[in-house]
Amino acid sequence: MTNNPYMKPFNPETDPLISVRDLQKNFKDLHALKGVDLDIYQGDVIFVVGPSGSGKSTFLRCLNCLEEADGGEIFFEGVNITNRNVDINRHRQKMGMVFQQFNLFPHMTVMKNLTQAPIILQHKSKEEAEAEAIKLLERVGLADRADAYPNQLSGGQKQRIAIVRALCMKPDVMLFDEPTSALDPEMVGEVLEVMRDLAKQKMTMVVVTHEMAFAREVASKVVFMAEGKILEVAPPDVFFNNPRTDRLKSFLEKVL
Amino acid sequence: MPDIAVPQFLIEFKDAFYLNFIKDNRWKYLVDGLSVTLRITFFAVLIGIVLGFLVAIIRATHDKVGRTTPLIKGTLSVLNFVCNVYLTVIRGTPVVVQLLIIYFVIFGSVRIDKIIVAILAFGINSGAYVAEIVRGGIMSIDQGQFEAGRSLGFNYGQTMWFIIIPQTLKNVLPALGNEFIVLLKETSVAGYIALADLTKGGDIIRSQTFSAYMPLIAVALIYLVMVIALSRLQKLLERRMRSRDK
Ligand SMILES: Nc1ncnc2c1ncn2[C@@H]1O[C@H](COP(=O)(O)OP(=O)(O)OP(=O)(O)O)[C@@H](O)[C@H]1O
Ligand SMILES: [Mg+2]
Repeated sequence: MTNNPYMKPFNPETDPLISVRDLQKNFKDLHALKGVDLDIYQGDVIFVVGPSGSGKSTFLRCLNCLEEADGGEIFFEGVNITNRNVDINRHRQKMGMVFQQFNLFPHMTVMKNLTQAPIILQHKSKEEAEAEAIKLLERVGLADRADAYPNQLSGGQKQRIAIVRALCMKPDVMLFDEPTSALDPEMVGEVLEVMRDLAKQKMTMVVVTHEMAFAREVASKVVFMAEGKILEVAPPDVFFNNPRTDRLKSFLEKVL
Repeated sequence: MPDIAVPQFLIEFKDAFYLNFIKDNRWKYLVDGLSVTLRITFFAVLIGIVLGFLVAIIRATHDKVGRTTPLIKGTLSVLNFVCNVYLTVIRGTPVVVQLLIIYFVIFGSVRIDKIIVAILAFGINSGAYVAEIVRGGIMSIDQGQFEAGRSLGFNYGQTMWFIIIPQTLKNVLPALGNEFIVLLKETSVAGYIALADLTKGGDIIRSQTFSAYMPLIAVALIYLVMVIALSRLQKLLERRMRSRDK
């Protein structure tokens, strides 16, 4: 397999799980990503912060090819997933995604939301998929809502279910795009709690957020994006206490 | 019973009723005609649904498609063009003209059951309207639903089938129901190719008895009852689908 032009040897112990090289993205004449490079290793908890419109969401959505890159490469587990010949659906199964607007399927019960993909895509039996789903539901404290429909849940509950839906596919990395931005303030905590728990269990995570205190607490690395570029990458204490660029300094002054 | 004064209009009604429906088994024109109307409508609805969904999905896919090969993109463009021509022609011409063209031009030199011609004509006609309803329904589903499906690893078709279409179906059910009620009534022009449908049946009676109002009012009443029944059914279905989701 390694002789394929879009594969390279991958050792999960030493190689980055995701390796982004010179990623470019245009929306018509808007240059949204201007050459982004980043290595994400197993167990990394990467927080991406930056001003509005800086390309954070676009970057995250490129990682699982919801946005198609216009240039550069993304290697995921050694496979260049920006190559059109790659079966992206197979690789997406290993990349969970959590959206700001939850995007639960309103016509399915919580249980069906959680088990549909494992049953269809991973050929699990209904019983097996449901048993796994129940275990994960218990972990987020929502086992009693398995038969509810999404519109019977609060925002915080919806987002916890959405996280579980992604986890049910046993992903190798979880992508979060402002998972708490659409929530009432009193519900933010319960979702962050679930994410904190995931980070503790060494789930590889990429999180776009405006929750600076949370980033400082759980991130292994914080990434600063501005105008379609990554300007700074550092562990949280360095990132927040000793910003190198003026751009980050003034950003932090505004948000902290 | 000569003692009881039966009002004159009742006697006339009874005589007219006898003449138009009982005598020479004329009611059979209505019953047979109704059966033709129902058969045409039923199968035309089926064709309309299949064709409509197909065209809608092709058009929506063409508008939505992201990452794919040039071959698929090219194929989609051609299919989309064909669909657009179909929609423009069908929605831009009267159904009677379409019926006549299909019967006299397309099948002009072929011996074919007229009912099949009518089913094809009304089905193809209905498909165009269903297509626009369904496409609107697909496009009105939040893009986030689509992305959530794809992000789990479902391919385009699976995302459509498991996530988008079920939600679309619920949204378009009222409009689809209306479309089929319209179709039922539109089949009344089937007489143009000498098909003895319900309308034609009433008209045959009229031409035999030289009395217009009774057979024609009867025909109208039968349509009305069917439309009311269909509307009820539609409401019931809608309510059931809604309660299942809440
Ligand atoms: N689908 C799209 N079509 C056109 N322009 C887009 C699209 N998506 C994003 N953009 C533009 O690309 C730029 C980067 O957007 P992006 O959503 O990635 O920013 P962001 O950093 O996530 O911002 P925010 O913090 O507000 O979510 C913005 O100027 C935005 O307007
Ligand atoms: Mg964003």
